[in-house]
Amino acid sequence: MIRLDNLTKAFATPAGPVVAADRVSMDVADGEICVLLGPSGCGKTTTLKMINRLIEPTSGKIYIDGKDTDDYDPVELRRTIGYVIQQIGLFPNMTVEQNICVVPKLLGWDHEKAKRRARELLETINLDPALFLARYPKELSGGQQQRVGVARALAADPPVLLMDEPFGAIDPINREVIQDEFLKMHRRLKKTVMFVSHDIDEAVKMADKVAIFRAGKLEQFASPDQILAHPANTFIADFVGSDRTLKRLRLVRVGDALEPRAPTVVASDPLERVRELMHEHGQKIMVVVDALGRPQGYLDRDVVANLSGSAAEHRASLPATVRVEDDLRTAVSRMFMHDVRWMACIDRDGVFTGFVSQRGITRLLGETYRASGGAH
Amino acid sequence: METLEFILHNLPAIGQRTLEHISIVGVAVGAAIVTGVPIGIAITQSKRAADVVLYIASMIMTIPSIALFGVMIPVLSLIGHGIGYLPAVIAVLLYSQLPIIRNTYTAISNVDPALREAARGMGMSTLERLRQVEIPLAVPVIMAGVRVAVVINIGITAIATYIGAGGLGAFISRGISQTDSRQLITGALTVSLLAIVADYTLLWLQHRLTPAGIRVARHRTRRPRTQSLPA
Repeated sequence: MIRLDNLTKAFATPAGPVVAADRVSMDVADGEICVLLGPSGCGKTTTLKMINRLIEPTSGKIYIDGKDTDDYDPVELRRTIGYVIQQIGLFPNMTVEQNICVVPKLLGWDHEKAKRRARELLETINLDPALFLARYPKELSGGQQQRVGVARALAADPPVLLMDEPFGAIDPINREVIQDEFLKMHRRLKKTVMFVSHDIDEAVKMADKVAIFRAGKLEQFASPDQILAHPANTFIADFVGSDRTLKRLRLVRVGDALEPRAPTVVASDPLERVRELMHEHGQKIMVVVDALGRPQGYLDRDVVANLSGSAAEHRASLPATVRVEDDLRTAVSRMFMHDVRWMACIDRDGVFTGFVSQRGITRLLGETYRASGGAH
Repeated sequence: METLEFILHNLPAIGQRTLEHISIVGVAVGAAIVTGVPIGIAITQSKRAADVVLYIASMIMTIPSIALFGVMIPVLSLIGHGIGYLPAVIAVLLYSQLPIIRNTYTAISNVDPALREAARGMGMSTLERLRQVEIPLAVPVIMAGVRVAVVINIGITAIATYIGAGGLGAFISRGISQTDSRQLITGALTVSLLAIVADYTLLWLQHRLTPAGIRVARHRTRRPRTQSLPA
């Protein structure tokens, strides 16, 4: 766990002292990603750099796993904390392998062990060791370089990772890919990550906790959903954007917004049976599935009211489906695209698992406002 | 034609003089690297110190070599080396400081701040950072300074013959005093040839010492060259 306790940094300037961080206190639990967010000059990077003592605090304490970082030699301390910067900073005179082995070497690891570690890490970041170990940084693309930068920070398996706008210099398409990769890796490695960003979308995507800074002060420290749903003040509300409720769509999986599981019918069922089921469950829509449970189409109560025959004869095709592990943003986007109010959800094997509807989503997102008794 | 004949007849003497010449320049520039590189690194810590040191080194550069030799005679006479090898080596050592200190200073201060930040953040001490990152990256520029020093001082050493240090300058001085164009041309030719050969040899060495990872990018890095030549 990382605990910042009244952390303050004042820089002396010709125009008098400037307070870059003003009594910042927060607790970040083990294995969490905490995004330090705010406009430039708000103190987020200063706060980050005080954790590995690249900047010495004017006052206040930092504890990592309960131990005061002041008790360590700064150089020793930094070797136990992974560090990734926006400019990547791979050493151009070293190969990828040598770059990754820097900290293990500083820690006096055995040569073979360090080499094995480099191989293992390259595999983790999806770069073929046979191809990349002996390459120099200039022979890599920007995205590959930053992957190696992350691998280098993880080399000595530090429990804590500091990342200073790590993906800021990467083009938007690659950034998404690397963010996804990083999240996947994080789920496995469970490092405690402090992550500086100025991009609210990145924060919403990556963070377990978001710390919003303004002028050196920590303005709000909460989960992304809390910050989007209940910004503490107008500054934060403006910073996270007027579309903040839409941003919350990213935070919810389709699986968590499913309507209570609806009954299904198979193609050979007669319409009488369909109408009976619709009546029984109060459903306006009935999805037709095949023998494996995969959706084949649907029947609408108004359409089939006075018809006869089998479900197969009258079913309409589903314009779109959405997978349970997609986020709600994907679901809503697809609904708008196909001009529908609801969609059938399928799991990994394509089996129908329920509906997601516009009304259901509205209700879900609105819960937090109703609970707090007022709308923001 | 007769110059060629002279050269052919005096090959052993030319070889001898060349070795003397190389010995003066080699020892002096070697010592200049050992002193100038640490000074160049040290002054990256303070802008003020850098200004002062570079100013002094530039001033030394403006002293005409013949005057420097003259000034050193009474001083070094105290230890019985008023003329000869030692003052020649000291003069070359002094003239080499500017290109070597300046290039080292420029190269180290031009190392990408992001690399310094990454190195510090990963837990390298100042010495580890210098040894593993900054010096390897600075080597091409430092070597360029060494090349400049060597080429300049091959010329200066030719004058050292007047204080009895030997070297290829002996042919030139004798050629002048005896109005013997054969010796004069021989001296001038061999000094020039030595400078060219030394420059290319050091260029080759520079390439060899440049880390492979920055070799291709090398032509893009700014390589400051010393332009000022001593009188």
